[in-house]
Amino acid sequence: MIGIEHYIVVSALLFVLGVLGIFLNRKNIIVILMAIELILLSVNLQLVAFSAFLGDLVGQVFAMFVLTVAAAEAAVGLAILVIYFRGRGTIAVDDVDRLKG
Amino acid sequence: MSYASSLYLTGAEVGLSLVGLVLLLVSAWSGPRSGRMLTVIAGAALLAAAVFSIHLFDRASGDVAARAFGDLYRADAFGSFAKVLIYLATAAVLVVTPRFFAQVGGYRGEYPVLMLFNAVGMGMMVSASDLMTLYIGLEMSSLSSYILASFLRQDDRSAEAGLKYFVLGALASGIILYGVSLVYGFTGTTNYEGIRAAFDTNFSTGALFGVVFVLAGLAFKVSAVPFHMWTPDVYEGAPTPVTAFFASAPKVAAMGMLLRMAMDPFAGEVDSWRQIVIFAALASIVVGALGAIGQQNLKRLLAYSSINNVGFILIGLAAATPAGVAGALTYLTIYVAMVVGSFTALLMLRDPTGNNLETFADISGLSTKRPALAWSLLAVMFSLAGIPPLFGFWGKFVVFQAAVQADLVALAVIGIAASVIGAFYYLKFIKVMFFDEPVREVEASSPIGHWAVLAVCVAIISPLGYLLTIPLGEWTAQAAASFVAAM
Repeated sequence: MIGIEHYIVVSALLFVLGVLGIFLNRKNIIVILMAIELILLSVNLQLVAFSAFLGDLVGQVFAMFVLTVAAAEAAVGLAILVIYFRGRGTIAVDDVDRLKG
Repeated sequence: MSYASSLYLTGAEVGLSLVGLVLLLVSAWSGPRSGRMLTVIAGAALLAAAVFSIHLFDRASGDVAARAFGDLYRADAFGSFAKVLIYLATAAVLVVTPRFFAQVGGYRGEYPVLMLFNAVGMGMMVSASDLMTLYIGLEMSSLSSYILASFLRQDDRSAEAGLKYFVLGALASGIILYGVSLVYGFTGTTNYEGIRAAFDTNFSTGALFGVVFVLAGLAFKVSAVPFHMWTPDVYEGAPTPVTAFFASAPKVAAMGMLLRMAMDPFAGEVDSWRQIVIFAALASIVVGALGAIGQQNLKRLLAYSSINNVGFILIGLAAATPAGVAGALTYLTIYVAMVVGSFTALLMLRDPTGNNLETFADISGLSTKRPALAWSLLAVMFSLAGIPPLFGFWGKFVVFQAAVQADLVALAVIGIAASVIGAFYYLKFIKVMFFDEPVREVEASSPIGHWAVLAVCVAIISPLGYLLTIPLGEWTAQAAASFVAAM
């Protein structure tokens, strides 16, 4: 029987993978955007699982909001990435170093 | 509550969103030429929203009359106070913006529109009384901030600032959201009042994790140490008016949101979050002060200064008393005047061809060429350092007083000692501006709008500001009482 604990563990794992994806990745900024999506999806999974467990609809409504915001966030992130690429001609993480101090 | 009264309570946000949408259409229709006109309209809309928020000021959080949309949103004294600050700071930044872009180019009608949507999001952040409203407000403000940071599309530094801000801001939102989902799962509700009631009966480990995640994410948004690393880069890379904005209004919004979170839903668990806040406060003061030493870029230096100031505001929160909240709000008010003043002065520094100057080398000997500007900058820096005749001292005084009253004497003593380190780089301004030889030509005059904003800010932080202590004390006490009454 799959209970609420399994969902919590899976979403915790997904969340950690997302955070590690941001910090350990040294290659490509697109991967960072994917890691951010992964974080948001882990939260969604958890919200829906809690919602079903509690028999309370608020969690599912919240998940809808998160989906919407995640779409907007991806759009803004990709747009910024495009103008960054136009100026610099690279999207390698190690090259994002013009501002230092 | 009827739908009409809910709309009335959210009037400032509803009005600003409608104005923003109309302006968006106008700017799409009329192209880049309309930028200036839209800025004026947006500024007027923000002032109107500030007046409307003052009008709603006298409602306590516990009043049913202050709750909108089934307690998703509260138009209480605390929210109104923070909103007045937010709208005024945003409007002040709009006044000093167009001239910056007139030189570097690329000013478009989207700028005031994004500022308006940002202001709507910030208003929702400080008034949210449900985790869902909080998240939507936060993202509305954050997403427009990412775009504003990378507004100079052709400039490498601006694009990089936008990219860094986006990645780290999105991570912070993710952390907050994860904490929110845990809090929801372990309390069964997203409403602040419900969360508090559920915590009082049973505060489980899962809920504690939720609280810690939420607080860590919020610390990111207010750029408190150890989540401050994005601040210097973003502040340096973003266009200067945008940096002025980031340092003022969103700080108030994020801090307001943090204060409400800590003092309303998490108020019963002070012992579990106080240690975190104390650590973040002290670390911010020390890192902010030490990091600023040796910086040559003034925007970067002011970024560290803002980290430093956030530490002092967090001391007010660590006290976790009505006096502490009132002190934090007083500090925020004075801080906004200091930040807007310092960045306006920075925007007035241009060489004769109109390029903006932003390093220490550029302001050397400023007192001989622009004495009024040099003296204004001097007043702002002394006030940031908290040197007594100036009003910045009062902000530090009230938060330390609250900390001592809450038996956090050690925290207050370390905080005061660390604030002395900060005085070092503020004094460096004096040395460079008044005693060094001039090396750069600076533009001889500045437009009246910049002077007006600077004059108002300097008047507030000057000793004249002490005339404000009594009304400011009353307003902040009333604002703090709005949710302490429910404690």
